[in-house]
Amino acid sequence: MIKIENLHKSYITGSNSLHVLKGIDLEINQGEFVSVMGSSGSGKSTLLNILGILDNYDEGSYYLNGTLVKDMSEKKAAKLRNELVGFVFQSFNLISFKNAMENVALPLYYQGVSRKKRNKIALEYLDKMGLLEWAEHMPNEMSGGQKQRVAIARSLISKPKIIFADEPTGALDTTTSYEVMEILKEINEEGITIILVTHEHDIAAMSDKIIRLNDGVIAEVIKNGDLKSWQNQYTKEVEAIAI
Amino acid sequence: MFDIDKWQEIIATIRKNKMRTFLTGFSVAWGIFMLMILLGSGNGLKNGVSENFMRDAINAMWFWSGETSIPYEGMKEGRQIRLDNDDYELIKDLPGIEFTSGRYYINGNTFSYGSEYGNYTAITCHPELKEVESIEIINGRFINQIDINETRKSVVLGKDIYDALFKNKEAIGEYVRINKIPFKVVGICKESGGTRHRNAYLPVSTGQKVFNGANRLNNFALTINATTIEESRAIETEIRELLGRNHKFDATDRSALGSYNKLEDVIETMKIFTAINIFIWIIGIGTLIAGVVGVSNIMLIVVKERTKEIGIRKAIGASPSSVIGLVLLESILITTIAGYIGLVLGAGLMEGLNFIVEQQYAASAATNGGNGETLFRNPTVDLNIAIAATTLLIVAGAVAGYIPAKRAARIKPIEALRDE
Repeated sequence: MIKIENLHKSYITGSNSLHVLKGIDLEINQGEFVSVMGSSGSGKSTLLNILGILDNYDEGSYYLNGTLVKDMSEKKAAKLRNELVGFVFQSFNLISFKNAMENVALPLYYQGVSRKKRNKIALEYLDKMGLLEWAEHMPNEMSGGQKQRVAIARSLISKPKIIFADEPTGALDTTTSYEVMEILKEINEEGITIILVTHEHDIAAMSDKIIRLNDGVIAEVIKNGDLKSWQNQYTKEVEAIAI
Repeated sequence: MFDIDKWQEIIATIRKNKMRTFLTGFSVAWGIFMLMILLGSGNGLKNGVSENFMRDAINAMWFWSGETSIPYEGMKEGRQIRLDNDDYELIKDLPGIEFTSGRYYINGNTFSYGSEYGNYTAITCHPELKEVESIEIINGRFINQIDINETRKSVVLGKDIYDALFKNKEAIGEYVRINKIPFKVVGICKESGGTRHRNAYLPVSTGQKVFNGANRLNNFALTINATTIEESRAIETEIRELLGRNHKFDATDRSALGSYNKLEDVIETMKIFTAINIFIWIIGIGTLIAGVVGVSNIMLIVVKERTKEIGIRKAIGASPSSVIGLVLLESILITTIAGYIGLVLGAGLMEGLNFIVEQQYAASAATNGGNGETLFRNPTVDLNIAIAATTLLIVAGAVAGYIPAKRAARIKPIEALRDE
């Protein structure tokens, strides 16, 4: 699904050059649930942006679904994003003057689906998220969890192969975070690859594989088996706090 | 372009930002409004002045005799020049001359009919004067060649004379006394473009015979078929030289033979109006450009404000062209609608002004013995210019939106979505 080799990325601000990604090799298969962890400045958001074709890279190669993504035209990148990829952000990034249904339907607008049809589909997805009665509400009338569920519905509506979630629980309380993670896991069980950036261990522990970034390189990759014990441990801790 | 979703997107944004949209539109509406007022005023001034001109044919020329002021071939200055019927015959057949009429001045101008009387001007003329002074017959006929040949005592009355003497009674065939000599009324006329019709026209031959003029003429009124100042000047000079030879005076002596060349004045005046018109367009378009820059400026701010939204749209698959379309169409929509409002208001104001001007014109005509003088008439803008202005607006909207739209298309989703 995703294959990157020796990926380099620098940001140039004025006369300073900041080398953010220093040679990353990574392979993610269809249906995996991967989290990317790391301290701030480790390059995890940059990596996600490159994977999501929101940013370009300087060196190396990136294959998405078998296609080399490099120096793509804006138009082609937009099309790929629309068809293959869904995004979930920390700050939800809903359009403030559109109601929940219109927000969810927006990706289909860019696919040229008629208004009536895309609104109908949007309602189905909102229903799945348990937000059917909130369809006509504006984002500022909803809670953080509801907004994030609207955003997830929006990322799903174009039937993407991969969902990129950048700190999706960063702005939510623990209970809501867990609800959101449950939804993401359900989506993952339907075969959609999920790549999640987070700095919370308990959230990362819910995924199949953790990639830990440190100073622009992959420091370690923690796989399935180890994760189970991680998850148990964190769940217990959370329960203890809850009690 | 006619994608209903796109329009809904745009209308939703406009509705979200009513004040901003209003201010944007206002600058354009104002620009067009001013352009309409300027053009309308320019037209009004031009129409008013042209109307004053058009009272006579624009290619008319007049010659009148006087005293010499330059010694010529041994003769002293101060000699009276007398033009006569022979000069008329000569001038009439010169190349470049269309219509010629001679006039002999007669003294005393008392007109009477029954117990009514009044003082008016009696002009003796040839039938061609009708063309030269654009005289409009409202009843009967003008002086004709038979009147001239048979020296008939016929008279064509100006409408004001008819109104004063006859008070709406039938006048054709009746006899009016001019300086106690009866003349038969053959027609009623109006002077074209004017509101004062106090002249009566008699056959020149009758005038000469009845009022002891022998074959003398005091002036000539004629029209020429020239279109440029140079041509009309050449004809003027030719006539001056011809008359100078026949009557022995210096052709450049303006006191011996006065002349007035209307075409020269008309062309000069029209040049001024063309210049005024160009000036108005420059100012008008300048105002409009200020409006367009305003729109462009505000659209730039809009794009800045909407950076995040545009970033979201791009992240979920909006192509650069769809983003450009969004901004460009919003700009065009605002400029076109606002501009159209300005256009309608400006045109409406000028129509209202036209109404008032016409009323005042009629009022002044009624109180001032039918003499409604005005420098300002019909200050409206014609449809073609309005259409041109609308087209200009749409183009202006596109220009105003282009730079902001380009900037919007360059927005990188990650920069737009970065949390700060």
